[in-house]
Amino acid sequence: MSLLNVKNLSLSIGSFQILHDVSIDIQPGEIVAITGESGSGKSLTALAVMGLLPHGSVMKGSIWLEKKNILTTSEHDLCSMRGRAMGMVFQEPMTALNPVKTIGNQVAETIIIHERVTKFDANKRAADMLQRVGLTVDPSRYPHELSGGQRQRVVIAMAIALRPKLLIADEPTTALDVTTQARILELLKDLVADFDMGLLIITHDLAVVAEIADKIVVMQNGCIVEAAKTQELLHNIRHPYTKALFNASTHRVILPKYIPSLPLLSVESVARTYNFPRKSVFGPRPKFQALDGVSFHISRGERVGLVGESGCGKSTLTRAILGLEEVQKGQIMLDGQSVFSQKKPNLEVRRKMQVVFQDPYGSFNPRHRVDRLIAEPLHVLENAPIGKDRDLAISKALEDVGLTAADSKKYIHEFSGGQRQRIAIARALIIEPELIIFDEAVSALDVSIRAQVLDLIADLCRKRPLAYLFISHDLSVVRTVTDRVLVMQLGQIVEQGQTEQVFSNPQHTYTQSLIAAAPTLPEVTYAIETI
Amino acid sequence: MIRYTLGRLVSLIISLVIASLVIFSVIEIIPGDPASFMLGINAREDTLAALRSEMGLDQPLAVRYFDWVIGLLQGDFGNSWTYKTPVSELISDRIWVSLPLAIYALILSTLIAFPAGILAASRRGGASDVTIMGATQMGVAIPNFWFAMIMVLIFAIHLRWFSAGGFPGWSNPLQGLKSLTLPAISLALPQAAILARIMRSSLLDMLSEDFIRTARAKGLTRSQALWRHAVRNALIPVLTIIGLQFSFLLAGGIIIEQIFFLPGLGRLIFQAISARDLIVVESVVMLLVFTVIIVNFAVDLAYAAVDPRLRRKA
Repeated sequence: MSLLNVKNLSLSIGSFQILHDVSIDIQPGEIVAITGESGSGKSLTALAVMGLLPHGSVMKGSIWLEKKNILTTSEHDLCSMRGRAMGMVFQEPMTALNPVKTIGNQVAETIIIHERVTKFDANKRAADMLQRVGLTVDPSRYPHELSGGQRQRVVIAMAIALRPKLLIADEPTTALDVTTQARILELLKDLVADFDMGLLIITHDLAVVAEIADKIVVMQNGCIVEAAKTQELLHNIRHPYTKALFNASTHRVILPKYIPSLPLLSVESVARTYNFPRKSVFGPRPKFQALDGVSFHISRGERVGLVGESGCGKSTLTRAILGLEEVQKGQIMLDGQSVFSQKKPNLEVRRKMQVVFQDPYGSFNPRHRVDRLIAEPLHVLENAPIGKDRDLAISKALEDVGLTAADSKKYIHEFSGGQRQRIAIARALIIEPELIIFDEAVSALDVSIRAQVLDLIADLCRKRPLAYLFISHDLSVVRTVTDRVLVMQLGQIVEQGQTEQVFSNPQHTYTQSLIAAAPTLPEVTYAIETI
Repeated sequence: MIRYTLGRLVSLIISLVIASLVIFSVIEIIPGDPASFMLGINAREDTLAALRSEMGLDQPLAVRYFDWVIGLLQGDFGNSWTYKTPVSELISDRIWVSLPLAIYALILSTLIAFPAGILAASRRGGASDVTIMGATQMGVAIPNFWFAMIMVLIFAIHLRWFSAGGFPGWSNPLQGLKSLTLPAISLALPQAAILARIMRSSLLDMLSEDFIRTARAKGLTRSQALWRHAVRNALIPVLTIIGLQFSFLLAGGIIIEQIFFLPGLGRLIFQAISARDLIVVESVVMLLVFTVIIVNFAVDLAYAAVDPRLRRKA
């Protein structure tokens, strides 16, 4: 008998039909992955299994967990099943834990609310469970004292404390670094085998899916378009959407050839240290060396990538290059001028440099129209175009990124995530900068949208010589859009070189471990009818 | 935690020094010579000079400031120019009315606001929420002296449960408490209305946090998740408001004190200002400032007790 059997599940909220006839089957000890792009309904499917859908959800069909139909179970009984029969791990480890309770306390809570145990026993079992998930820190610590990977282990320990038969993990590694991701995936696999659990994992990352899942379910717009055993599916992809997803994930852009030229940006032995509060009243202030002797340069028209894990100093370096923060040692020059002069960013330099950030939702003022948003950088120009010229510049910038001049009168909420990122690029392009900094600019996008934006970037490079620094944790993206790559660890650049060379023959052990930890898509083959 | 407490202490002392300087200089800048005010406009120049030197007004500013501060530290607030009695006596008589009244009102408002705010948040959009929000809307809008008068009408004149005013002293604590009950309720109601709204919105913010979803996935019911995870996190903004309200209740009870004929600090400072009795004004204001700073210190410590993330920061 299957452990979880979702049969013809349909879900609507208000007048929106969100899931259509979804059927999924999980056996004990089996890992099933649901994959698809945002809005495909994969997270809501998981929440439906947990009985945690938002108010006003109307469901048809059935969800059988062993002998119980979740849809007909009362809220009271569902509460006693959650945590005991089924556990769930969420995407964002930074916010999934209560900040004012110790981690041991939060794991013990799962035990206390379901079983008649003494606090002492519950705490002891919680400590054992934290150890089981590979956490070495003391259970009396608070979440803010832990790293993202450690917090995700706490969340997992909470979900499996009572050894539920079914574990649901919604994008459990999306917010984590590649090496941490590899370890968490390893842990999940291990737990499934050890506890004979069923694991329903939801992820947009096809490489993760291919690596961990026994069965793959591909969803699009609330429907399952394809579902099969992993090896069968990878060797015989039938549905055009699945094919498109795999194509987009392995998308390679064609950059115009880089012709070596004069240096544009030079970063010379830059160092930045942050002070922490003292641990004891008279003790020394602990220091954190965010940047430690960082030197590199970018030439005109050169595309350079920067990779490294969170906390390695990428953000500090970005802020320093943009002149948002002073460095304590060294110098950053753009086109022969310092980016930071007399305690403030040098405007002369900012005319030649723009930035595109990660979050296409948070980086725009929602009350301004698009024309005002993308015209914003114009104020750094000495002779900013006004009137007709300004409108012309706006239209040109929008058309350059594949939008139309008519879009300039719309508000930002009228655009999708991918379109917003195009607008962010238009905003960077409008003053025709020499250098653009892409700070995780495609990380929040779905694979198909990401492929389009990467194509757009390559396209822009063909139209005019554009130099950029492409910062990303996603190695496969960096590999395709850069000529040269810098690898950063603990505030230092540990390796740099031609992108292809670094990726195919990494010299530094850290680079090697990064590349080894990144999950890779296996070779796939398509069924005859889709080709 | 020790470091955090020490840090807060240092900022407490600095605030006190700055406050004393500001109070002293503002009072000095205010036009109006207390000596000529006390002796009337027909006073002779040499009598004025004699009074000034008796009151120490002819001393240099710095000397007078240090005399004042050193006096304060020793509990010597100087003598009132109009009452001709030590200011410390004037204050200590009245603080035993104002301080219990403020604490009484604060306890009442918290006792009303917490359950109301929590109930409204847990039944968001339901009948209880709508009723509570309507009631608090009125509570915020209606001034406290109006409540006071209505309550005198109902409970003192009609029902004769309480006296309409006056304070019998603390020789019989129950009698004393009883006479402060109506004033405390009228002070507490508007404060409770504000606090309940803050509690509700802060709780609602917390209920949409990821960790509440995590708690629900562990098997907690909606109300278990609220009590075990949301309430403590929602306390930070509520504590801030409680701190502000206490300061207001201590000094701002003046109208309520008038309505109920209570010999409190509010009335004392009002009379002292009208009589240009600068030394009383200075001392009472300094005392109020001192209380406010101490309360803020207590609120800061409460923050750290509630939220472990704050304990490390200085």
